[in-house]
Amino acid sequence: MEQIGILEGREKQIFEKKDGGQAFDISCETTSLSGSVSQRACVFCGSRVVLYPVADALHLVHGPIGCAAYTWDIRGAVSSGPELHRLSFSTDLREMDVIYGGEKKLYASLIELIEKFSPKAAFIYSTCIIGLIGDDIDAVCRKVAKETGIPVLPVHSEGFKGTKKDGYKAACTALMKLVGTGPIEDISPYSINILGEFNLAGEAWIIRKYYEEMGIEVVSTMTGDGRVGAVRRAHGATLNVVQCSGSMTSLAKDMEVKYGIPYIRVSYFGIEDMSAALYDVAKHFPDRPEIMEKAKEIVSREVRELYPQLQKFKAALTGKKAAIYVGGAFKTFSLIKALRSVGMSVVLAGSQTGNKEDYLALKEMCDEGTVIVDDSNPVELSKFILEKEADLLIGGVKERPIAFKLGVGFCDHNHERKIPLAGFEGMYNFILEVYQSVMSPVWQFAPRKGGSL
Amino acid sequence: MKHAKTATQNACKLCNPLGACLAFRGIEKCVPFLHGSQGCATYIRRYLISHYKEPIDIASSNFNEETAVFGGSHNLKLGLKNVTQQYMPEVIGIATTCLSETIGDDVKGILREYMKESISRTGEPILIHASTPSYQGSHIDGFHAAVRAAVETLAEKGAPHNLVNLFPNMVSPADLRYLQEILDDFNLPSMILPDYSKTLDGGPWAEYHRIPPGGTPAAAIATSGSAIGSIEFGSTLEAAKSAAGWLESKFGVPRYHLPLPIGIRESDRFFGLLEAISQKPRPEKYDDERRRLVDAYSDGHKYVFDKTAIVYGEEDLVISMTAFLQEIGIRPVLCASGGKSGLMRKKLEALVPDLDGEGIKVRDGVDFADIEDEAALLRPDFLIGNSKGYTMSRKSGIPLIRIGFPIHDRFGGQRHHHLGYRGTLELFDRIVNTVIETRQDDSEIGYTYM
Repeated sequence: MEQIGILEGREKQIFEKKDGGQAFDISCETTSLSGSVSQRACVFCGSRVVLYPVADALHLVHGPIGCAAYTWDIRGAVSSGPELHRLSFSTDLREMDVIYGGEKKLYASLIELIEKFSPKAAFIYSTCIIGLIGDDIDAVCRKVAKETGIPVLPVHSEGFKGTKKDGYKAACTALMKLVGTGPIEDISPYSINILGEFNLAGEAWIIRKYYEEMGIEVVSTMTGDGRVGAVRRAHGATLNVVQCSGSMTSLAKDMEVKYGIPYIRVSYFGIEDMSAALYDVAKHFPDRPEIMEKAKEIVSREVRELYPQLQKFKAALTGKKAAIYVGGAFKTFSLIKALRSVGMSVVLAGSQTGNKEDYLALKEMCDEGTVIVDDSNPVELSKFILEKEADLLIGGVKERPIAFKLGVGFCDHNHERKIPLAGFEGMYNFILEVYQSVMSPVWQFAPRKGGSL
Repeated sequence: MKHAKTATQNACKLCNPLGACLAFRGIEKCVPFLHGSQGCATYIRRYLISHYKEPIDIASSNFNEETAVFGGSHNLKLGLKNVTQQYMPEVIGIATTCLSETIGDDVKGILREYMKESISRTGEPILIHASTPSYQGSHIDGFHAAVRAAVETLAEKGAPHNLVNLFPNMVSPADLRYLQEILDDFNLPSMILPDYSKTLDGGPWAEYHRIPPGGTPAAAIATSGSAIGSIEFGSTLEAAKSAAGWLESKFGVPRYHLPLPIGIRESDRFFGLLEAISQKPRPEKYDDERRRLVDAYSDGHKYVFDKTAIVYGEEDLVISMTAFLQEIGIRPVLCASGGKSGLMRKKLEALVPDLDGEGIKVRDGVDFADIEDEAALLRPDFLIGNSKGYTMSRKSGIPLIRIGFPIHDRFGGQRHHHLGYRGTLELFDRIVNTVIETRQDDSEIGYTYM
């Protein structure tokens, strides 16, 4: 079989753990190399994924049609009420708008859509060419806010102005303008905001239920099943609990500075991290020991139920090898632990947007021989899947066909998932999905597993 | 209060570069390359993968702020070099985006420079460039622009030989395989462009393929200039924008322009043309296909007659579907498209002269909000179009028959047939079954035979 090489300029973003000792200086947080077929998206995508689940806001994409069309109802972020977020709105700029400017069209679109849908706020996303044609979207937003009486928030998410992470930041900046504008008098001192949880397949509801059972008030979830009203009151919470650190840490930091609200980082994937997420929050309220008591009760109840169910999967999956390539590195930690708990090892761990700290932590927890990779591409991913003989790939839609072509199981751990993978019940779903894909009899026909071509 | 609608809500179209990437995927050993932001390539990959379920690598020149200010030349050249190194392609299909078009990059000039600079290197790919700004047209325009650019770049004049070019329009991999089979059965040497029948619907891999096997070879495209004729599908596709049009004006290769052959009449027209070109009667096999289709029309006619439908999607697909529906007695009460060539009504009239008299409404440049409003008023028996109409179908309770692209919420969209007798029969079966299923589900008795 031919050797697959690594592109010049990419070597520093790949690290293979060997014999402990070697220096670790993985390069990350850079823009993608031209022509490398990065699995990343753009600034706009970063903003769009963070704000998307705010269900009672209008999300208007200012630019030509593509950016809105490709993000129409593509995530499993569900709402318990309004579903305005599942519609796609675009100013659909045409050539004449590009030449003469799109401000008028933006203004008219906003007025008409706000009248039609009565949203609680509007987010206006700038796409690539808005930065070039010089539309003053801030001015249009101010004008419309004044005329309609709702917050109209510009999101500066021109695709080329940085990476997906800059898009997260732009989204947080827009959210920060809402935080602090709602009443907080009746909020309990035993209260939190859940940040970086997007309610994919109802995951935020699972998490929220645990915290509420512990006697904690959840002021807002950002942005899963999100409501403008809840975001406006978020400054009334005592603690920010941040999952998906890449996307929401900047908001938590801003809230810490402005409102003195501390934050902790958690993950809701896998037994170990899910339990820690409950304990860490409980520890924050030492004056009320019943919160910790309740957390322990929940964990022991859930684990007692879950553990025996996992054993049959463990028997089948022990010794199987997984490759992980997801958006943020923090999730990778949880996935490694979750897979280990059913006897699987991880041979490739990578992310689109991890930072140095993340990768260092990854290196510490990985086994010898594990490849760690930043901002990878299909060619590299295939190379490592083949070389390391992975049985499973965990990723998103773009990674799925790579796995299936090569006769390898796949688990979608991205925004499009329709089955909750967070929480204790999510852990069961996750392992079930891994089991159903890795152990399927269809792979016997895959050429790499002995099937004929 | 009702004003003119400004914003687009739930678009019934995609952007120009998507179509170009799809067409480039149908050229052998070709990597599609978008000159713009990273997001364009990634979004389009995700969108195509969700339908075709195949790896679709699209490279990007990955603009940053400096690129936008100083021009994309450096990034484009570096990107081409990296793609060449990593994929070893024979062709790179470069399409522009709104970003690179708005800053006014002279892509043709940059590519000329690049080729000059790389002249000493061996194994350099052929570069094809299509201009596809997202603020013009829609995905179908990008598709045709890429096909035409491929021919403009590669076609050569040679001694005329017994070859037929077929430019099939944006059809499914299954349709492409069927078209190839037909041409082979007529013993007509052929060049179908694009041909993503294998690249986007292929088999498993024993080893990694940088570029999926399949596609029209560049060498075959080169021969298109000496073909005895080009068949080109798509009612609204004008010669001035099409590959066949270019071959006709440049090399005098006759252009035979047909609607997408859906329904018996339009399929007859296509087979008639093949008989004329090949000077042979069509093989018996297709007589049989046609007989089965006519027989199915008879068997199923009562289920479908007098039913009404809304048809939406690319203009050419809508036009040909209308022709088919008319011949089985289904009235398309609305023919809708997000595209706006300005020709849809005129071309429909060529097939159905009295549109108004027949109660057929035609609307171009619309979005799903418009179509949904129409559906609420018109209450058709079913909707026919891509899976993006599902929201409307669910809300209105009107069943949706999924055709075309994209089909994101059902399995096997890439294997649907639409064209010729075979495709028409498949469509007819699906329509009849939708009627039967609706009746069965709505019936209090629950008949187990129909």
